[in-house]
Amino acid sequence: MKSKDLIRFAASAIAAHPMRSALTSLGVVIGVAAVVMMTSIGLGAQQRVMSAISGLGSNLIIVSPAASRSGFAAQAAGSDISITGADAEAIAKQVEGVAAVAPTVRGQAQLASEGTNWNSRIEGVTPDYLVARDLTIGQGRMFDEREARQGRTVAVIGTTVARELFGDADPVGKRIRVGSSPFQVVGVLTSKGQSGFGQDQDDIVLGPLPAVRSRVVGRRVKGDTVQTIYIKAASEDDLSRVQEDATTLLRERHRIREGEDDDFQAQNMASILQASQAATATFTILLAAVAAVSLVVGGVGIMNIMLVAVTERTREIGLRMAVGAKRSDILIQFALESVALSLAGGILGLLIGIGGALLIAQLGSWPMAIPSWAAPLSLGFSMAVGLVFGAYPSWQASRLDPIEALRRE
Amino acid sequence: MIEVRDLKKTYQMGDETVAALAGVSLSFPRGSYLAITGPSGSGKSTLMNILGGLDRPTSGQYLFEDEDVSHLDDDGLAHFRNQRIGFVFQSFQLLPRYSALQNVELPMVYAGIEVKERRERAAEMLAKVGLADRRHHRPTQMSGGQQQRVAIARSLANHPDLLLADEPTGALDSSTGKDVMALFEQLNSDGLTVILVTHDANVAARARRRVGFRDGLIVSDEGAKS
Ligand SMILES: Nc1ncnc2c1ncn2[C@@H]1O[C@H](COP(=O)(O)OP(=O)(O)OP(=O)(O)O)[C@@H](O)[C@H]1O
Ligand SMILES: [Mg+2]
Repeated sequence: MKSKDLIRFAASAIAAHPMRSALTSLGVVIGVAAVVMMTSIGLGAQQRVMSAISGLGSNLIIVSPAASRSGFAAQAAGSDISITGADAEAIAKQVEGVAAVAPTVRGQAQLASEGTNWNSRIEGVTPDYLVARDLTIGQGRMFDEREARQGRTVAVIGTTVARELFGDADPVGKRIRVGSSPFQVVGVLTSKGQSGFGQDQDDIVLGPLPAVRSRVVGRRVKGDTVQTIYIKAASEDDLSRVQEDATTLLRERHRIREGEDDDFQAQNMASILQASQAATATFTILLAAVAAVSLVVGGVGIMNIMLVAVTERTREIGLRMAVGAKRSDILIQFALESVALSLAGGILGLLIGIGGALLIAQLGSWPMAIPSWAAPLSLGFSMAVGLVFGAYPSWQASRLDPIEALRRE
Repeated sequence: MIEVRDLKKTYQMGDETVAALAGVSLSFPRGSYLAITGPSGSGKSTLMNILGGLDRPTSGQYLFEDEDVSHLDDDGLAHFRNQRIGFVFQSFQLLPRYSALQNVELPMVYAGIEVKERRERAAEMLAKVGLADRRHHRPTQMSGGQQQRVAIARSLANHPDLLLADEPTGALDSSTGKDVMALFEQLNSDGLTVILVTHDANVAARARRRVGFRDGLIVSDEGAKS
């Protein structure tokens, strides 16, 4: 007996009932499509979060007021913000291995220039902000320390703001209104495009911290307080030590005793990345588990139909044995049938899964991410499903007694 | 020479033991033509199944030329059926999904013969039984006599040493039955050993040797014993 003849027998049995075969495979089609789509969504989400986080800047530590004390209401009231420009200066002076420290306030403001309006984010920063956030100037220049201290109303704008307000004209030297205050544009940032979170990173205005605080976000940020301090470590090796030193320093400055909670939180990119990866990995595993369950359900469907087929074809089995089929020939023929049904379902499911993932990526402007192991894994899995769930019916077929089988009606 | 010695086949039915064969000894040389007759339930089919390697005796010996068939395992019996035996059933037992040609090919598939060769041989066998023009017909598209002839062609596919036919004309009308019998006689005169079970006295009368069964025993044995 040649293996290609066994394959031919299995194929002709499947082809004899096209509708039934299709319905039998459907469970596996759905299972595999679900696995592929789910893992692709999980991976896409992970990539999106990762690019979002790494887009913030490398070797970055973000210090913000403690979550517990700066709930939305508290922050809006401006009452409880705990970190200050003085904290930032202290970190810059006293912590070693720091490349840049950038205290920041931010708000939303209506911009206007020569009759054009645009609503954008505005951040009050120091020149070090560019270093901390890995930004560069495309045209013109960044304002300097002296301008910042003097409270000069100068601004650096992102390319989206430049386009919306000035079209193709050179914005450098032009005046814009931010809320009710006039600012002079001194530079344009190099475009950074969309962030992983879907935010346009070029839709931004940077102004000197004191000027922005007093003129734009003043009502919400009192005194010397800031909303965020970005600390850039000089190298990756310094990152965790800088974070520890900065935390110790801030606890001292805020007079927090041993055992008390911080009134601020410091997070570095590596730890955020890890946390989010762990979260998305859990999510992916969960989705894949749900999908795997549907694959098992598909397998049970195959087993059911294979048992029916063995009953229906008892006489055929008896006849095959009578003309010389070994028990193993019968076993393999039925196992092949079951694997072929399952594998066909797996291939179709893979295609549908990839198509679905593409569609979801399109609709959600999500990065398209089919894991490289999706194809071999889902095909391997569907083959295994066919084998496992086809094993019992095939074994039953092979154990039939030829005389009894031939007598069956 | 094919020989069975003191063949017994018993079935346990609850407390009762049913003896389908109660000690049958029979031997016949190559080229024999035997007709087995006897009332229903006398053990004719049971003997045929054992001779055909489909069943094993409870006790006794079965020697096929020099081979002791009683000691073959499942795979050994499958090979024996495939190579040595041609079986013709009362109910034809053709696979409905397959054409006449494919049905005839089947024993050759299990013999591992290449597609090209077995197509040719199957066509040849169909021609031999007078169905050259029906090779692509399915069983449902053929008459009973034609179906039985396809089954005979299939039984000849691997050039068997022994052709077993258990009431081959039982499902056919008398004139088609005669055609089929003529075919067996033709095959026998070409040298093939044929054993057939029949209820038809006329059919039995034409065989060179007639063996009568009753209650699992041979009660008569007439005709050439050479
Ligand atoms: N699987 C079985 N279990 C129990 N008894 C059986 C079995 N197979 C056959 N028998 C019994 O063995 C005896 C012989 O049966 P067998 O089929 O050989 O008869 P037969 O001579 O071919 O009859 P018929 O002419 O009706 O075909 C019968 O009494 C039958 O009931
Ligand atoms: Mg019988």
